[in-house]
Amino acid sequence: MEHDENSADGPVRTGVATNVVEAVVALVLVVIGLVVIYESQRLGSGWTSDGPGAGYFPFYIGVIITISGAGILYQALLGKNRKTEVFVDSVQLKRVLSVLLPATVYVMAISLLGLYVASAIYIALFMVFLGKYSWVKSVIAALAVNTVFFCMFEVWFKVPLFKGALDPLRFLGY
Amino acid sequence: MDEISALMQGFSVILTPMNIGLMFVGIILGVLIGVLPGLGGANGVAILLPLTFTMSPTSAIIMLSCIYWGALFGGAITSILFNIPGEPWSVATTFDGYPMAQQGNAGAALTTAFTSSFVGALLAVIMITFLAPLVAKFALKFGSPEFFAVYLLTFCSFVGMGKGSPFKILASMALGFALASVGMDTVTGQLRLTFGQSELMRGFDFLIAVIGLFGIGEILLSMEEGLKFSGKSAKIDPKVVLQTWKQLPQYWVTSLRSSLIGIWMGITPGGATPASFMAYGLAKKMSKRGSKFGTGQMEGVVAPETAAHAAGTSALLPMLALGIPGSPTAAVLLGGLLIWGLQPGPLLFVEQKDFVWGLIASMYLGNIVGLIVVLSTVPLFASILRIPFSIIAPVIIVICAIGAYTVHNAMLDIWFMLGFGVVGYLFKKLDFPLAPLVLALVLGDKAEDSFRQAMLVSQGDVMIMFSNPLVGGITTLALLLLFWPLISKVLAFVKPKKPDEFAVERPVD
Repeated sequence: MEHDENSADGPVRTGVATNVVEAVVALVLVVIGLVVIYESQRLGSGWTSDGPGAGYFPFYIGVIITISGAGILYQALLGKNRKTEVFVDSVQLKRVLSVLLPATVYVMAISLLGLYVASAIYIALFMVFLGKYSWVKSVIAALAVNTVFFCMFEVWFKVPLFKGALDPLRFLGY
Repeated sequence: MDEISALMQGFSVILTPMNIGLMFVGIILGVLIGVLPGLGGANGVAILLPLTFTMSPTSAIIMLSCIYWGALFGGAITSILFNIPGEPWSVATTFDGYPMAQQGNAGAALTTAFTSSFVGALLAVIMITFLAPLVAKFALKFGSPEFFAVYLLTFCSFVGMGKGSPFKILASMALGFALASVGMDTVTGQLRLTFGQSELMRGFDFLIAVIGLFGIGEILLSMEEGLKFSGKSAKIDPKVVLQTWKQLPQYWVTSLRSSLIGIWMGITPGGATPASFMAYGLAKKMSKRGSKFGTGQMEGVVAPETAAHAAGTSALLPMLALGIPGSPTAAVLLGGLLIWGLQPGPLLFVEQKDFVWGLIASMYLGNIVGLIVVLSTVPLFASILRIPFSIIAPVIIVICAIGAYTVHNAMLDIWFMLGFGVVGYLFKKLDFPLAPLVLALVLGDKAEDSFRQAMLVSQGDVMIMFSNPLVGGITTLALLLLFWPLISKVLAFVKPKKPDEFAVERPVD
């Protein structure tokens, strides 16, 4: 990604540098690697009476994760080709969050309302607020899509989907 | 030429209007299953298995195997149009297929994928017809060290052939292995890396990871640029199909190489997924356009699709000949055979000649029918591209959620999918390759099992990987690939560099 190319939304892109994010990810990797190593040793990473222990294979995997994490950390902070351009600017971050946060709420709603109802509401609201469609169009599209899914999964393929804690579709008999 | 007469006998068994009709139904259902993430070939065949109980075994296997072909074809559609691989073996198809669609060549990409699939399957069926006895004999020699060597070869080819930081490739791959080892240990029964969470006992399914990493990750990435749709509408007509067909023969070497990889990986149960990745990796390495791979090269679609179909098809050979299924879907088909009272194995070829050769004949016809069905419905699939992104984006997220849920009927998996989505977004932006992660997640268990078995046999001596020419050969090849970046540097140092003009003009194949 170039510095100046995405400047349509503003002259200067401000935000965290890519190599800093990379270093954080690398640190997380090192931690994951160490956790895997610790857990493998707890399980038995050596040779037991009946062959290789449960942690035998994961132990080496943990070692590889830790070493490669450390390698990435080195490259991100001290490497010759480290990327210092902005990882994501505020406009981009806002856009990404405008999808990610509603999606998180949607997943939460699934456990209450079930997949069909939550999906219909999600699609309709997404279209209205992010796509600037009219309420009528959005609701019709949301209902149509979910009716198709319902017929396909429940009726044709007999795959019951999650109906949620409230099960608002109980009256349909599925 | 016993095979030819037996095959003709097979054709006479299957060429009834009823069976041909079943082929069409099977292909259409299969494409539908392949398109829906989470409803993979194995699931689809399993769900529809009860439909076939009333049919004769031959009709039933024709329908089920056609669902299988359809699912193989269908996986390419979402990969190319939305960058969501419907099946793990279509992950590699997204690398060049999706960029092609974004450049407005969705029709060409789909035609390429379908045609390559057909070519791969056809070559595999021809192989099954003629080499069945020989190959079955060879596969019998495979023990756990050989299996592990094949997996090693696949993983090493990633590190040796990948672009960018080898640390990132390794980290991504090892993360996949670590995720694969979460859950119950198949050998000792101990719980690993579950941290007391009973929900984690199941482990991570690769489909959840794939749906999150590729589906959600891609939506987040495209949202950075706003709600304008990144794909251009595709003009699809028979002209596009014919034009693509005219271009395809120039990739015959890639096609042939990928078919051979696919056939090899299908018979030795490596499966379609590593086959597609390996074929893609090799094509990237060997093609003169290799450096442009990932930007929407037709060849980058040809390689994985040909290999995946060749592998998917040839996976049926060990199932029929030895009773060892080469893929999960083949395993479900095997279950079907047992329900119909047929015992797969070498005796099947003697006792149930009509059935075996009917099935082989149906592979030829089923793939032709498949190609016709998918090509004639290309406009339908490509028209999906014309729907605005603000409708498509939430629908894709919903499909992803449904897909993630249907894998294990677990709510927690939808949360994991979302988490993988964020990981996918970060990894894509930071140039971590995602393919090794997915592949390690898919093959982790199998690779670990064969590694531990091999170690058990040798009492911990790693030299078992060189204990005979077969396993030694594969392991050596794997190590060569792993250290290829170093080796090529040494070679470049030893050999004086030729001027670039000559290098460009020199024919590669």
